[in-house]
This record gives sequence, C-alpha cells and structure tokens, in this order.
Amino acid sequence: MEGLIHQIISGIATGGIYASVSLALVMIYQATHHINFAQGEMATFSTYITLTFINLGMPYWAAFFLAVAVSFCIGVTIERILIRPMANAPILSAVGVFVGLLLIINSLSGWFFDYTIKQFPSPFPDEALFGGYISGHQLGSTGVTLAVLTAVYLFFRHTSLGLAMRAAALNPVSARLVGVRVGWMLALGWGLAAAIGSVAGCMVAPVVFLDPNMMAGILLYSFAGALLGGIDSPLGAVLGGFAVGVIENLGGAYIVGTELKLTLALVIIVSVLTVRPSGLLGRTVQSRV
Amino acid sequence: MRSSWATWIFVLLLAIVPTAMFSGYHLFQVTMVVVYAVAILGMAILVGFNGQISLGHGAFYAIGAYATAILMTAWNVPYWLTLPISAAVCAGFGFLIGLPALRLAGHYLALTTFALAVAVPQVLKHKLFEDWTGGVQGLVIDKPDAPFGLPLSSDQWLYMFSFGVAAAMYVLAWNLVRGRIGRAMKAIRDHATAAEAMGINLAMVKTRTFAVSAMYTGVAGSLGAIVVAFVAPDSFSVFLSITLFVGLCAGGAASIPGTIVGAIFIEFVPNLAEKVSKAAPGAVYGVILIAMLFLMPMGAGGFLAGLWRKLVGSRGGSGGEKRPAAVGHDSGVGVELTGSLARAERMPVGRGESVKP
Repeated sequence: MEGLIHQIISGIATGGIYASVSLALVMIYQATHHINFAQGEMATFSTYITLTFINLGMPYWAAFFLAVAVSFCIGVTIERILIRPMANAPILSAVGVFVGLLLIINSLSGWFFDYTIKQFPSPFPDEALFGGYISGHQLGSTGVTLAVLTAVYLFFRHTSLGLAMRAAALNPVSARLVGVRVGWMLALGWGLAAAIGSVAGCMVAPVVFLDPNMMAGILLYSFAGALLGGIDSPLGAVLGGFAVGVIENLGGAYIVGTELKLTLALVIIVSVLTVRPSGLLGRTVQSRV
Repeated sequence: MRSSWATWIFVLLLAIVPTAMFSGYHLFQVTMVVVYAVAILGMAILVGFNGQISLGHGAFYAIGAYATAILMTAWNVPYWLTLPISAAVCAGFGFLIGLPALRLAGHYLALTTFALAVAVPQVLKHKLFEDWTGGVQGLVIDKPDAPFGLPLSSDQWLYMFSFGVAAAMYVLAWNLVRGRIGRAMKAIRDHATAAEAMGINLAMVKTRTFAVSAMYTGVAGSLGAIVVAFVAPDSFSVFLSITLFVGLCAGGAASIPGTIVGAIFIEFVPNLAEKVSKAAPGAVYGVILIAMLFLMPMGAGGFLAGLWRKLVGSRGGSGGEKRPAAVGHDSGVGVELTGSLARAERMPVGRGESVKP
C-alpha cells in the first residue's frame, strides 16, 4: 500500500511536467491546428540556456526567468519566420517543417552545448518530506508547475490580451474584423508555449539529467496526455498530463516494467484515438464536406 | 511501362558498372542507396500517392531487418528466402497498423506513427524477445557469398542482388501506381469523400496501401540487414524514421524517380556534413528539409518533372499542353504529372476540385 501511494505521488510529480508540455502543445494546436513535433527539443534548448546562465554565475532563479524570457523570444521568432508562411500549406509540408525544426534544434543543442550528459541543479532541498513519500524537488516542481498553470489560466481568463488571443485562435476572421492583430496573437501563443516548455525542461532536467535527447520520451507522454484530455481543451490537456504521469508510473511499477514505458504511451495514444478521438474533455469536431 | 532495348541496357549497366567502378566502402554506400531507395519508395506509395502521413516507417524497416536476421540466425534460412517471408510479416504488421490509421488523418496519423517509431527500440530490447532478438547486443549475420561460383566478391554480389530486388520492386510499384488501384489511391488522397462517392472502398484501399507500403520498407530493411550483416535496436531509433521522411521530402513525395534522389541524398549528405561537425548532419537535414518545402514543395522529383515538361513544352510549342504545375498544392501533397496517361487519370479528380469544402 505504501508503495502504491509512493508511486501515485511521484506519478503526479512527473505528470506535472507532462501537463506543462501538453498545455504548450494544445496552445499551439488551438492557434494553428498544427502539432508541434519540435516542442520537446525547444524545451531542451531552453534548459541548456538556463544552465549556461547558471554557469555564468547567476543565481538560479535569475537564470531561470531570464531563460524563460529568451525562450519566449525564440518562440515568437520561430513562428514569425518559419510557421507563418506555412499557414495555408498542405499538412505534409507543415509536418515536414516541424520535423525539420526538431532536427535543427536537436543538433544545435548538441553543437553548442555538446553531447555529454550533464547534471542540472535543482533549486529545491534534496530531502524526503512527509515521511518519505515525496522528495523536496518533486514537491517544488509540482508547485512550480501548478503556479505556471494557474498563471496561464488567469492570463487567458482575466486579461484583455488573453481574451484577444483566445478570439484569434477561435475565429481569426471575426477577431481581425474587431481589430485583433491575429498574426501577432499567434506569435505570442508560440512564445508562451516555448516559455512554458522551458519551465518544464528546467523542472525535469534534475531528474532525468540533461542531454540533447532529454525530452524525446517526455514529448511522447505529453502527446498522450494532450490527446487523452482532448487536444483542443487546455484544462483537459493538463488533467490528461497528470493522468498519464500516474498511469505511466503505476504501469511501469506493476504491469509492464520500466523497459516498455514508451510503448505504454503508444498504447494510450492509439487507444484514445480509436476509442474516443476527441479526448475526455475535447469537443467533437464535425467537418463539412 | 514501356520497355525498349535502351531501357534494358541502361538497367543492366546500372547493375554492373558500380561493381566494377567501386569497391569496399564505396560499393557498400551504393548498395545502401539502393536499399534506402526501396524504403523510401514504400513511404512514397503511402504518403505521396495515398496521402497518409507516416513518420514511423523506421519501425517497418526494423521489423523487416529483424525478421531476416532472426530467420537466418535461429532457423538457418537462406538469405534470399527470408525476403518473401519478411515481406509477408511486414505486410501483416502494416495491415494491422493500417486499421487504426483508418480513423486517423493528417496530424493524428503522423503523431501515432511517430510514437510507434519512438517505441520500437524499447520493444526490440525487451527481455521477452531477448532469445530471438539478442537484446541490446543485436544479431550478427553471415555475409552471403556469390552463388553458382560467380567470380564476384560478396560485396559485389550483394549489390547486384539488392539491385535486382529493387528493380523488380520499382517495376511493380510503377505499375501499381499507374493502374486502377493507383488511381483509387490518388483519388482518396485528393478528395476522400468524392472518391467514396465514386464507389471506391476507402477502408480497403487505405489499409492495403498501408500493407503494401510496410512491405516495401520491410523488404528494404531485410536487404539492409543482409548488407550491413548486423542488426541492433539502436540502429532503428526514431531518427531512422525521420531520415526516411527527409529522403521522401527531398525527392518529392509523389514521385517514383524522386525516391532515388532522396536515397542518394540521405546516404551521402550526412557523410559530407559530418566533415564539418558531428552535429552538422542533423542541422543540414533540417535546413535542407525546410528549404525544400519552401522553395521546391514538390521535391527534386517534382522539380525535375517540371523542368522536363518545360523543355518538352517549349520544343512542341503548343499552348494546349499547358497544365497546372502544382495540382497537389491544395490537396495535400505534390502530384507529378507525366505523359498523357496522367492527364487522363486526373480528370475525375480535377472535376472534384469544384466540390471542395
């Protein structure tokens, strides 16, 4: 029983990471109806930026926030240069651009910061809390994740910029007619997604260690989380991310063993898409012919 | 396919000349070009001609390679006999994966196949199959010698063998794509609803296309395993799938000659780029992939076909030959149009464009 509780709690802790990346994926999907295959590599690159700032002698939190800001700018730039021209392109070209982006960012990470596996510091104390059920880092990273998710929620719900961004994603034509600069809203969405990804990268790096392919598996779980919750529902994606974290941990501990964890993600993806393609909280989309 | 003496002689020369010209590592590279060409051809049938995007064909390549390796090491099956078996196995797997793919379109299919590609190495390493797959260490295969006492080294024979298999598969693919089934495949790609209204069985054509495509890539995997004489889980990571995808886009998704260009690209560009930096191949792939999609959306194959049309058109000088250069732009993928046959078969689809959503 104690083992079960332990597994569930650490599942929630990793689930928080998946939830953040899922949220980033959903934001980009809502705005542009593209699935960002490069999200994981972008987050890894941001984590390297944080590490560089820390190695330059900055305090952790200063480096962290500076890297988040830099990631935001990178996200906006990528949207402006690469994604914008692909707005009306066929799906194959769009997927191709994302795959190209994945390759470029992945090898840039290796090129700039080299391929050795690096340790990444955690800002939280490294001790077990609450009778050994949760480590300081797990608690801290879950807290940071929840803070980010709340901030994003408040931003979209209670600011006029958030409202404009939602309008641009929901109905670009009408939004433009009432004076929303739709193009910039999409770019801002990309920037926010990159920033959220960078937070997730910094939170997961102390656990899995930092190397250029760090996020490959995490991206897969986040896809699974986003699909489970519904790819067009931010709340669903967050819940789906947490759920996948718990499922992954329990499945890894009791059913399939750690070697087949990625296959578990594949199984979740395939079963969600075949049984309930809209996800738990998503809308069913009917397309007119 | 029209076949004249010139074509046959050209093909025969292609089979013989490299064995005389190259040796050692260079011959190995040329053989790998042939192998990759078949793999990319498999992808082109699915992605280019049927419009189902797959980022996970490395998985089928891996299944084909392992089928051959296991047959050769565990049951001592002769190498040439493993090809039909591995083709059947891969077609079966492709059919099974094609079933959920029926309900998935566009991005979702890309995502699912991507997940498949990421998951495959883990499955191959798993303890349950370790007795067969050799686990992390993989399997070592013996290189076959030339049969009938032919005066060829085993590398030379392997090139000729792969070339023969590839040539046969190209002819089959060429006929498939230009026949009735091929027209059905293309109609589904261009407008699924219209295709269904014309009486095409969507489910049947799509799943079988998936099976055929998986079979092609699987046979390429088998050939690759024989040529490399070694299989290990980590050679079939997600980057193999991405590499094949890059080759497909470089050559042009819906172009059969383009697949050869794509194969040459993925075999030689990394080697050239690696001289600059260890990280460069990925970056070069990515940059070229994006540049191709922006500047040459139909790939090298489409570009060459367009050039050919321009040359032929200017020589003929008739305005009647004028056709839209990029029909596929609004319908998902590039379409290459060559010859009058292509024009005739485009007719129903061309009409269909007026019933766009």
